[in-house]
Amino acid sequence: MKPKTIIEKIWDHHTVKSEADRPDLMYIDLHMVHEVTSPQAFEGLRLAGRKVRRPDLTFATMDHNVPTKNRESITDLVAKKQMETLSTNCEEFGVEIADINSPNNGIVHVIGPELGLTQPGKTIVCGDSHTSTHGAFGALAFGIGTSEVEHVLATQSLWQSRPKTMEVRVNGRLAEGITAKDIILAIISKFGVDFGTGHVMEYTGEAIKGLTMEERMTICNMSIEAGARAGLISPDQVTVDYLKGRRNVPEGEAFEEKVSEWMSFATDKDATYDSVVEIDAAEIEPMVTWGTNPAQGVSVHGQVPSPEDAMSGPERKAIEQSLEYMGLEPGTKITDIEVEHVFIGSCTNSRISDLREAAAVAKGQKVADGVRAMVVPGSMSVKKMAEQEGLDDIFRAAGFDWREAGCSMCLSMNPDFVPEGERCASTSNRNFEGRQGKGARTHLVSPAMAAAAAVNGKFADVRDLERSPVS
Amino acid sequence: MEPLVTLKGNTGVLPRVNIDTDQIIPKQFLKRVERTGFGQFLFFDWRFNADGSDNENFELNQPHAKDASILIADHNFGCGSSREHAPWALNDYGFRVVIAPSFADIFYNNCFKNGILPIRLPEDEVYALMEKGRDAIYELTVDLENQKITDDGGFETSFEIDPYLKGMLLNGWDEISLTLQYENEIESYEKEVQA
Ligand code: SF4
Repeated sequence: MKPKTIIEKIWDHHTVKSEADRPDLMYIDLHMVHEVTSPQAFEGLRLAGRKVRRPDLTFATMDHNVPTKNRESITDLVAKKQMETLSTNCEEFGVEIADINSPNNGIVHVIGPELGLTQPGKTIVCGDSHTSTHGAFGALAFGIGTSEVEHVLATQSLWQSRPKTMEVRVNGRLAEGITAKDIILAIISKFGVDFGTGHVMEYTGEAIKGLTMEERMTICNMSIEAGARAGLISPDQVTVDYLKGRRNVPEGEAFEEKVSEWMSFATDKDATYDSVVEIDAAEIEPMVTWGTNPAQGVSVHGQVPSPEDAMSGPERKAIEQSLEYMGLEPGTKITDIEVEHVFIGSCTNSRISDLREAAAVAKGQKVADGVRAMVVPGSMSVKKMAEQEGLDDIFRAAGFDWREAGCSMCLSMNPDFVPEGERCASTSNRNFEGRQGKGARTHLVSPAMAAAAAVNGKFADVRDLERSPVS
Repeated sequence: MEPLVTLKGNTGVLPRVNIDTDQIIPKQFLKRVERTGFGQFLFFDWRFNADGSDNENFELNQPHAKDASILIADHNFGCGSSREHAPWALNDYGFRVVIAPSFADIFYNNCFKNGILPIRLPEDEVYALMEKGRDAIYELTVDLENQKITDDGGFETSFEIDPYLKGMLLNGWDEISLTLQYENEIESYEKEVQA
């Protein structure tokens, strides 16, 4: 038999119908739902008199709109209505929901894995582009629009054209102190915001295999920022160890059976991809973005580029637009850029290991004058765990604000935002114009680098700072 | 969904790369629970000044582009968030066709569910159309059936489109009804694979 990639294996396993001249009808194993992209879908079902075909394969949470403090009294009435609408819809259609009062509540891409819903070999969709996060487990996970949300609710399937496959290989070993966020920012800076268009990417190589599950999620999370339809990593022992004992994962003998099923999806030796890109892990340094798309990033030791450096007309234009929006001069050293805000959170970097890394930098330090810094755990269970470990005390003592779980300042659909013209070191995934607030200037970094910027007032190589490991 | 067969209309030109869905419709407007009424917020941060007045410098606010129904933009249009509010806003504003050298995948797909035709053309053709529409009223005719674009001055080009997606737009199909014709297949898949 021809060796296959994990992408082809999952695809073939889930094809309900395949005919010439049209996309394949794919079965969906898990559908995650949140408050912003679902109301119109449920309304569509209601109008057509349809039911949710598989409520048991559907799971809802609220995350985008939720305030990260004073959750008892939500003042944004439109947001409140959207959350209430989700609760009513879930009740009406029989869908399980982790609402704002649930101990399981959190960002959809953080809680799926936590609850063991995310598993190797599954097809997973959600009305959110960062669904690719779940690919870290060897699942084919991708974001869909609201019409498709309605389609999946009604039919548990989707018409999808077969993607091209791409291997993104990270060769060799990472230097000390380099994080998953640096890897993915380096990949996107090197190859651009659309090199993945039309493809599903599989991340491979020694550096990837050496990552923990949480680090792998950070990488897969940002696949969409490279334009890819999805990004994933073949399951291995690290994946199995993470899933063992989680809710929704079988136990005992059934678990062993599951494991062999999961492993059968891993890419075969000698399988080939439609295209391959490679990067050398050793060349990756702590990354900071300077522009308004995630590919506009450099090493912390670099400087803001000039439009003169552009390789093409469109790129030149993009650099000019970005510099103007960001209020930066070409040639400025990254370490000379001062920040007013620091945001540690989002589905990219709000898991317990992210918070530990940031806390290691914050411990015994003080947030610099003129900087407002906040930490927003990705889920209520991450929050609880962090509090048990005393991370909240470390952050508070250093002058960070410690919040409830949610998307928060990643997209500022809630009360958390960056004021116009101000600068934020953020562990989220998008530095688009206006993403963190109208006129807000976002620099994407890892949690450790964000904490370093908070205590230093400017970007700094976290490896040069004192760190006190917290666990 | 309203079918789209041919469209003759004025063009609006946005010569920018990587126009993301956060720009097409900023997140503060995503809280509505309806599908309609998003056109007033399209390109909000570019279109309006801080005091709510029209930003005269914004391309689509210029008199010649006012009633545009065909949008012409640069590479990677629609990247970023998967929000379907982006095509809803474009459609509600009056755009039925978007022409660009390349599109982001999710946005491209979302268009077809909302009666919008996204057309990929080679970069030099897109730039030539941008030149013509940049400062003056410039009308194009888009013929989906024959996959052709023409203007009144003798310009003609053709474009590629997946036959299935083309059929959806031409007929204004409701995809769910279409899929429900395959309910037996879905059921037997569930029985076999998930048993
Ligand atoms: S944290 Fe940000 S990127 Fe992630 S789901 Fe929430 S808004 Fe989207």
